[in-house]
Amino acid sequence: MKMKTVLKGKGAVASAVVLTLLAVAAAAVQAAQPARRGQAAPPAATPPLELVTEHVRGNIYMIGGNGGNVTVQIGNEGVLIVDSGFAQNAQALLAEIRKLSKEKIDYIVNTHYHPDHTGGNAIIAPTGQYVGGVGIGVAPRAAIWAHENVLTRVSTTTGSGKEPLIPAQGWPIETYFTATQELVFNGEPIQMIHMPNAHTDGDSVIFFRRADVIATGDLFNTTMYPYIDAAADGHINGYIDALNRIIDLAIPAENEEGGTLIISGHGRIADEYDLLVYRDAITIIRDRIADMISKGMTLEQVQAARPTLDYDGIYGATSGFWTTTQFVAAVYNNLKQAN
Amino acid sequence: MNFPRLPLCAIAATLFAGSAAQAQVDLTGMWGQLMHSDAPDRGAGPDYGDYTGLPLSAAGLLRAETWSDQKWTVPEHQCEPHPIDYAPWGPAGMRVWSDVDHPTQRMTALHQTFQWMITHRVIYLDGRPHPSQYAPHTWMGFSTGKWIGDKLVVNTTHIKEGWTRRNGPARSEKGKLTEYWMRHDNVLTITSITEDPVYLTEPVVRSMNWQLDPGYQHGPYPCSARVEIERPQGFVAHFLPGQNNLIGEFRKNLGVPIEAAQGGAESLYPEYEQKLKEMIKAGKK
Repeated sequence: MKMKTVLKGKGAVASAVVLTLLAVAAAAVQAAQPARRGQAAPPAATPPLELVTEHVRGNIYMIGGNGGNVTVQIGNEGVLIVDSGFAQNAQALLAEIRKLSKEKIDYIVNTHYHPDHTGGNAIIAPTGQYVGGVGIGVAPRAAIWAHENVLTRVSTTTGSGKEPLIPAQGWPIETYFTATQELVFNGEPIQMIHMPNAHTDGDSVIFFRRADVIATGDLFNTTMYPYIDAAADGHINGYIDALNRIIDLAIPAENEEGGTLIISGHGRIADEYDLLVYRDAITIIRDRIADMISKGMTLEQVQAARPTLDYDGIYGATSGFWTTTQFVAAVYNNLKQAN
Repeated sequence: MNFPRLPLCAIAATLFAGSAAQAQVDLTGMWGQLMHSDAPDRGAGPDYGDYTGLPLSAAGLLRAETWSDQKWTVPEHQCEPHPIDYAPWGPAGMRVWSDVDHPTQRMTALHQTFQWMITHRVIYLDGRPHPSQYAPHTWMGFSTGKWIGDKLVVNTTHIKEGWTRRNGPARSEKGKLTEYWMRHDNVLTITSITEDPVYLTEPVVRSMNWQLDPGYQHGPYPCSARVEIERPQGFVAHFLPGQNNLIGEFRKNLGVPIEAAQGGAESLYPEYEQKLKEMIKAGKK
C-alpha cells in the first residue's frame, strides 16, 4: 500500500517558504555549533515536501520523505512511532500518521540523536498521551524512549545561544543504559537493542518481534555511505559490527528474500539480502583503506586511489552534508587512530 | 428479413472484442530451454576474469575483478537465486500461466517460475503503476507488460542487486530490464535489455529461446543454507584491488589480451573482431 502527501498550491508555496526559512535557521543554528574533530555536522534540514507511506507488514508502516524514515506501529492500544523526522515537517508527518490511525500516540522511540530523526519529537509528543504518564498536574504527552546517550546528546547546550540540539519538550526522558530494553505495545513484544559506537554512541535498532520487522535508524541506509559521527563516538568498526548483529537478528524466507523486513534510516524497505549487500560493500571499503594504511599511504593518497570507486554510483555523493570524500576520511581517521 | 438491432450490435461487439484479444498470443505452458548459444557460459559457467563482451564501466570492472566465489561459503549468500535479468539466461526451464478476469475475460497478469531456485515472477497486465522509491526490491523485481501487436513488452524495476555474469560483474539495484516476448509456433523468444547506470556503460542485450514442452516439470525448491566452512562473524569474501591472481588464467589459457578480457562497450560491436585480431597478432597481453 502506498499513500502520498504532497503540499500543493498557494499553501504549498507559503509552506515551502516557511520551511526554507526554518531550514536556513536550523542550518544556521547547527553551523553555529562547534564542529568537533573536523566532522560533518549532523544532517542539516533541507526537508522535501513529499511524504510517502508504505505498508511494511501487519500493523507496521514506513513513512519516508521527512528526513529519516519514520516507522509507525498501530493497534488498539494506540500508536508507536520510531523517529520523528525533521521538526519543520512534523505537522505534515502527524497528518500522515493520522491517516493510518486516529488513536493517541503513546510512544516515540528514537534510534539516535540526529535532528532528522528527533526533530519532530517536541511537536508530536505533546499531541499524544502515554497512559502511564497521566497524573494530576501532568499534561498528557507521548513517552519518548531512547538510549541514554541520546538524551545526553540532544540536551547538551551548544552554540553561541547555548541552546540544546532540540527543545526540552522533545527530549527522550525514558532512557535505557543496558544492552537491551523491552516494551510490549499493541500486543507486540518490542526490543530496543543498543549498538555501541557505530553511527553514534547512542544507536538503537528497534525489533518488532511479532511483525518481524527491524527499524535500524541510520545503521543501514540504501542510498548513502555510513555517516560516521566521530564527534559522537561513532566508528567504522562499530558500524560494521552493528550491521553484522542486525544480519544475525534477521531470518530470510525462501531464496534469501523477505522474512524479516528492515526499515532503513534513509531509503527503501529492505530485507537481509539488502543488508548483506551493504555490509559487504562497507566491509570491503574498510578493508581496502586498512590495507592502504598498512602500506603507509597518506589520506591524500588514499583519496586519490579511490577505494570506493565501485560503490560510488550507489552510495556516493560529491555534494551535500556527507560526501564520499568525507566518508573515506572518516574511515581513514578511525583506522589510523586504531593503529 | 429484418434482424433485431440490439442483438446485432451485441454480436458485433463480441466479434470486435474477440479480434482485439486475438492480437495477444498464448504464452502460457511449460517451456523447455534451448541453450544453443553460449552454452558453456550459461551452463557450467564462465571462467574467472572472462568479462568479454560485457560493456562494463570502470566501477563494473573493479567490482568484477575484486569479486571472490568464496562468497558462496557464507550461509546468508547460499540461497540467492538468479535475478530476473539473468534468470532466463541461466538454467531456466519455465512454467508460465495467466490470471484472467472472469467477467471481461481479459488477461490481468502472467506468472513465471524458473527452474533455478523456483523463483516466481508476476508480470502485471492491468495497467498498474510501478511502486514508489521506498518499496522493497526483489529478485524478480516489479514487472508490468503491454501488448504491442502480438509481442509482449515487459518493463521491470525494483530488482535486487544482482549480476550480469556469474563470475563477478554486478548489476546494481538502480538497473532496469526491458523484455520483448515473441512466440513463433512452439518456440518462445525473449529478448532482454538490461540497463544499469552504475556498472554498465551500454545495455546488455540477450536473446533466448524456449520450446513448448508439455511434459516438463520443475523439481522441488532445492536450497537449505548451512555453514560449510567455519568463518569469523562478518566474513566478506573479496580480493583487494590488484591481488586477484585467478583472473589471469582465462587470458593465458585462451591467449586473450587483457583489454579484450576486460570487456567494455567497444567489444560489443563487429568492428572489434578486427581490432582483436590485430592485438593478438601484435602479441598484446
